[in-house]
Amino acid sequence: MTKIAFPQMGDYHIPATYLLTHIFPNDQVINAPKITNKTIELGTKYSPDFVCTPFKYTLGTMIECLEKGANILIQMGGGCRYGYYASLQEKILKDLGYNFKIINLVTKGETNLKRINKLFKQINPKYSKIKTIYYSFITLKMVKYMDIIDDYIRENIGFEQIEGSFEKLKEEMLNEFKHIKGYRNLKKIYKKYLNKFYNLKTYKPDNRLKIGIIGELYTIMEPFSNYYLEKSLAKHHIEIKRFTNVHYLLLEKAKEYKKYQKYAKEYFKYSMGADASDNIARCKYLCENGYDGIIHIKSSFCTPEIGAMPIINKIANTYQKPVLFFSFDSATSKTGIETRLEAFYDMLEMRKEK
Amino acid sequence: MRKIGIPRSLFYYYYGNLWQDFFDALKIDYIVSPITNKEIMEKGMKIAGSEMCLSLKNYLGHIDYLKDKCEYILVPRISNFKNDNQTCTNFWAIYDIVNNLFETKILNYNIDIKKHQTLKKGLFKIGKILNKSHFEIKKAYHYAIIKEKKRLKKNHQINQNKLKSKKTKILITGHPYNLYDELIGKEIIKYLNNNQVEIIYSDKFDPKITNKLSKKISKDLYFKYSKDNLGAIVYSQDKIDGIIFISAFPCGPDSLANELAMRKIDKPYLNIVIDDSTSFAGIETRLESFLDMLGGKLND
Repeated sequence: MTKIAFPQMGDYHIPATYLLTHIFPNDQVINAPKITNKTIELGTKYSPDFVCTPFKYTLGTMIECLEKGANILIQMGGGCRYGYYASLQEKILKDLGYNFKIINLVTKGETNLKRINKLFKQINPKYSKIKTIYYSFITLKMVKYMDIIDDYIRENIGFEQIEGSFEKLKEEMLNEFKHIKGYRNLKKIYKKYLNKFYNLKTYKPDNRLKIGIIGELYTIMEPFSNYYLEKSLAKHHIEIKRFTNVHYLLLEKAKEYKKYQKYAKEYFKYSMGADASDNIARCKYLCENGYDGIIHIKSSFCTPEIGAMPIINKIANTYQKPVLFFSFDSATSKTGIETRLEAFYDMLEMRKEK
Repeated sequence: MRKIGIPRSLFYYYYGNLWQDFFDALKIDYIVSPITNKEIMEKGMKIAGSEMCLSLKNYLGHIDYLKDKCEYILVPRISNFKNDNQTCTNFWAIYDIVNNLFETKILNYNIDIKKHQTLKKGLFKIGKILNKSHFEIKKAYHYAIIKEKKRLKKNHQINQNKLKSKKTKILITGHPYNLYDELIGKEIIKYLNNNQVEIIYSDKFDPKITNKLSKKISKDLYFKYSKDNLGAIVYSQDKIDGIIFISAFPCGPDSLANELAMRKIDKPYLNIVIDDSTSFAGIETRLESFLDMLGGKLND
């Protein structure tokens, strides 16, 4: 029997599981366990020395899934050296003695329906194409709704009146998303919860602090890998703005990139790989639109972001805005991050009072 | 003050000769920055971000040396040679990094075959900026390209002759801007030369042959220079005694591509990663024992 597994990121395992269970109803989809310190230890142990951290996270998750009995792993790739992940992870895991098949949906930064069809046939030769298209559409919508609600939460969670109300409601919503029956059902649930979120009591003072988070996509979207940065900011009653989410990466990036290039043309002329040039434009946007500070996060050794960092620094200097750079590794200590965050927060407060 | 400055780092080791021929034919005077010395390296480290790779730090040092010695600095941007032959993202970003960090005028062209930006178009653009006529540029371009092709053929031939040698043969796999740089890889090569080893450079093979061969290691590779290097391993695998991987810390493409190669080949290999605080004494010990091991193998 086929058991499918995939590395996880944030809450996006819910739409992905939904999609796979409906395309392959006769096969089992294994839910990857939540990322813990043990996952990173496992991943780090078998990874090359100076590979970027997402490699370690995904490798660790893959090992845990294989231990649970998975025999098909799904991985993607593209943009930067992310495209090499699948072939090296396959080799490392095969050397460790696991028996499985890896399905690489995107190679060399490009993919097409023909290729995906071929790969899905390897999982199950009798899968239905029409169903796949229908459920992909629903999944994309689900991702979009999740991202919209996440954006709203980020702006308001720091000012909630009842502690934990946002998180509790979000969990409820995700639980219902797992069992939706079709597109109409999904939309109904989404509207219901959007209203509920709007009705949650918040108190937003006018002189609140606003911070924009930019940086490398995996670290931004997987809260464990950024040591729950957004949560600790919310505790300080800060409004958070974040641009990167899966819906952006899948559907909006190509269109937005041209806008970004026009907007920040004095800072970059060419694409710098992955999200680096997007982040430069976003940095300018945050500086010009009244944000108090910028936090740039990435996993260590992320080459495109390293290239963007001096330029982001320059923009921040021109606009006189503070930037905090975080580079997360598997060995980063939580206390160190908290201390720096605390100092950054204090500085922002002092600037605001002036 | 000279007209054009060429930094002796990164792209110089791929296109340096071609540029010099091109500018010679156009009768434009240029200056090439000196062989890397400690001063240049340290300056580069100061300017660059702490996490940038050693080669990029070095490059910025060279640019800093040139910045008030010439009118323009030549900084190309190389993105891809068709879809499955991309380059490191640092090569994509380098023009914008230099443009933001320095205030000198930059002579720039872009190689992006996906968007039909070729080397030919780039060199013509540069010629136009330097106020040369279309005819002059065309002549200079053909002169430079023909010379480059001859050089490539010659290098390939030399490498093939080396493969027939009876000495211990070691394939050195790495990017040319690391291998031939005085402060990065040169000392290793000097050491090997002193020890009667026949050195075969992975970048001196004809890329047209090696690029395709890299498929035998993995079909998913898409970084051009990694592909060339790994193809060279496949090409010469049966004729060499050992492989030395040289990379700068923390090279993005190498970290994965070299690891993949190491897991798939069955030749003795040594992996050397050089960063700004590496001392040669440590490397020397490792090289010595590696050569010892190879020697032992040869006597069997």
